Amino acid sequence: MTITASPAEPAAIVARLDHPAARVLTRRHRWRWWEALPWAAAIGCYFAFPDYLGFGAELLIAILFALSLDLALGYAGIITLGHAAFFGAGAYAVGMLAFYGIWTEPITSLLLAAMAAAVVGLLSGLVLLRTRGLTLLMLTICTMALLQESANMAHDYTGGFDGLPSLPIAPVFGVFEFNPLYANTQYVYALAVLAVCFLFVRTLVYSPFGQSLTGIRENLLRMHAIGSPVRSRLVICYTISAAIAGIAGGLWAQTNAYVNLSAFDLDRAAGVLIILILGGYGRLYGAFVGAIVYLALEHFLARIYPTAWQLGLGLLLVLIALFARNGILGLGEALWRRYGATLSGRYRAGRAAS
Amino acid sequence: MDFATNFASILLGGLSAGTVLFIVSVGLSVTMGLMGFVNLAHGAFAMFGGYIIVLAMNRAHIGFTAALALGFIATTAISVLLERLLYRRLYRAGELDQVLFTIGLIFIFMAVIVIVVGPESQQITLPPALRGQLNLGFTQYRTFSIFLIVVGFLTVTGIWLGFERTRIGAQIRATVDNRRMAESLGINVDRLFTITFAFGSGMAAIGGGLGAEFLGLDPQYALKYLVYFLIAVSVGGLGSVVGVYCASLLLGVLDFMLKLYVPKGGTIFIYALTILLLLWRPQGLFGKKET
Repeated sequence: MTITASPAEPAAIVARLDHPAARVLTRRHRWRWWEALPWAAAIGCYFAFPDYLGFGAELLIAILFALSLDLALGYAGIITLGHAAFFGAGAYAVGMLAFYGIWTEPITSLLLAAMAAAVVGLLSGLVLLRTRGLTLLMLTICTMALLQESANMAHDYTGGFDGLPSLPIAPVFGVFEFNPLYANTQYVYALAVLAVCFLFVRTLVYSPFGQSLTGIRENLLRMHAIGSPVRSRLVICYTISAAIAGIAGGLWAQTNAYVNLSAFDLDRAAGVLIILILGGYGRLYGAFVGAIVYLALEHFLARIYPTAWQLGLGLLLVLIALFARNGILGLGEALWRRYGATLSGRYRAGRAAS
Repeated sequence: MDFATNFASILLGGLSAGTVLFIVSVGLSVTMGLMGFVNLAHGAFAMFGGYIIVLAMNRAHIGFTAALALGFIATTAISVLLERLLYRRLYRAGELDQVLFTIGLIFIFMAVIVIVVGPESQQITLPPALRGQLNLGFTQYRTFSIFLIVVGFLTVTGIWLGFERTRIGAQIRATVDNRRMAESLGINVDRLFTITFAFGSGMAAIGGGLGAEFLGLDPQYALKYLVYFLIAVSVGGLGSVVGVYCASLLLGVLDFMLKLYVPKGGTIFIYALTILLLLWRPQGLFGKKET
């Protein structure tokens, strides 16, 4: 980040760099110690819970999907209920390529899935992002439903309602096979893909491009006024977000070794929205927290008491919308600001006294 | 069956389905037009009302008309309660919070219905007068469908007259056009909204009861038809009663026709048409351009 543009005295530059605002801006994107925690936990879980690696892979995919939505919704403020369109596009790209034996290598398949989803995102974004509010919401739902119905209609190629079962996915690097019983490969593979995508998204949101997205979300009129190319920024962001959602969909198809129409479900689109909001949107790690809480509750509660799960989820959503609009992470931050600061202050005071 | 009879039966079947869609979604259109509140839970009120009506008839053996009235009153009451306690807090919030809140409400309604009534779908038993076929001269068709079409036409006429000729209708129109100006003129927008919200939910309840015969009534109702309600409202134009009526009838006939001729994936045309239409006129067919 360049702070100065005018020829000034070195002392003045130092003084400006030392300005609190400049310091915050230059430090904003630095890695913090706690950012290592989720990854350490993910690696730890690999050894601690070998029986739950299948669930773990599912969780990692949900995180990736929510992360892609965070880019579009959390940063750029594009309110969509149709993000499963891109998940499905990626899943079907991988699924059809593998099922017909055209391409089964997993990593390049994921790139193809990303491209397929990006094309869908670009084409739909070019037309959809002209609109706002309810119209935009409706158009995203309709695009997703359109894709789902197309996949249903093209029964001969997509398997229609039944989908494409038992996809032959080649081993990763030609060595590590996807075993449906022991999900070790799936877990590590999904974790690696998530890490790469996360690094990309993190770099993107702290870049000037990411800054302009936040600006568009916060004040559209002002961004127009300062001459920011709002529409093209939104379309680019939507396309990137779609590509990452496509990767998530491709991963889903590969780790499960099947695709079906549920990839395009409104339930899935609503679910990922809930995950993101639950964790807290526009803050990268919200996707992690939300996915863990949501999937853990769903996995352990929904199978035993499906109705109670639905009721609890409904109550949770209502409570979050009414009282905790920034999700669990936002709630944590607020609590930290209120109580944590005094605690750490006391801690420091105690250390100084001793 | 010759072509004319065939055509008439498609038209009548589609119109009756569209009428139900209209009765359910008209309230949604007006409340969205008034407050810009994205109320996805509107279908849940229709479902709630439908359950009250069907259960009142099947278990308490109340007459059809009385059950409809009961459903209307019960749903109105619960919607006023929810509006006063919860919806009210979110008027100034973003769309995202409104979407989330109303999805949450749908889940709660669904779960409560499963707990209280059970997950199975409910059957409505129509009064004998509405069963059977009616001879229309040129063709025969189900009496209930004809009844629905007539009721729908009377309803839209009634609401239209209410909008055009009464004081409260004028206030609603003024507020849909320009909310700030209406507030400045001393119109109590909050109270207006409560009234329309309650009335709209009551109408949805009646729609849920009337549509139970061929849309079915199960705990998934509010989610299953959500997209249809939203299409009717957004294509018709927010806050426009005539617009929702036309859009609903169009949607009903189109859906009926496609289900008959293209049973597999015929709805694709509906989605494609909606997308094209909304791109051409983002404010809907009869909606006013945003200022």
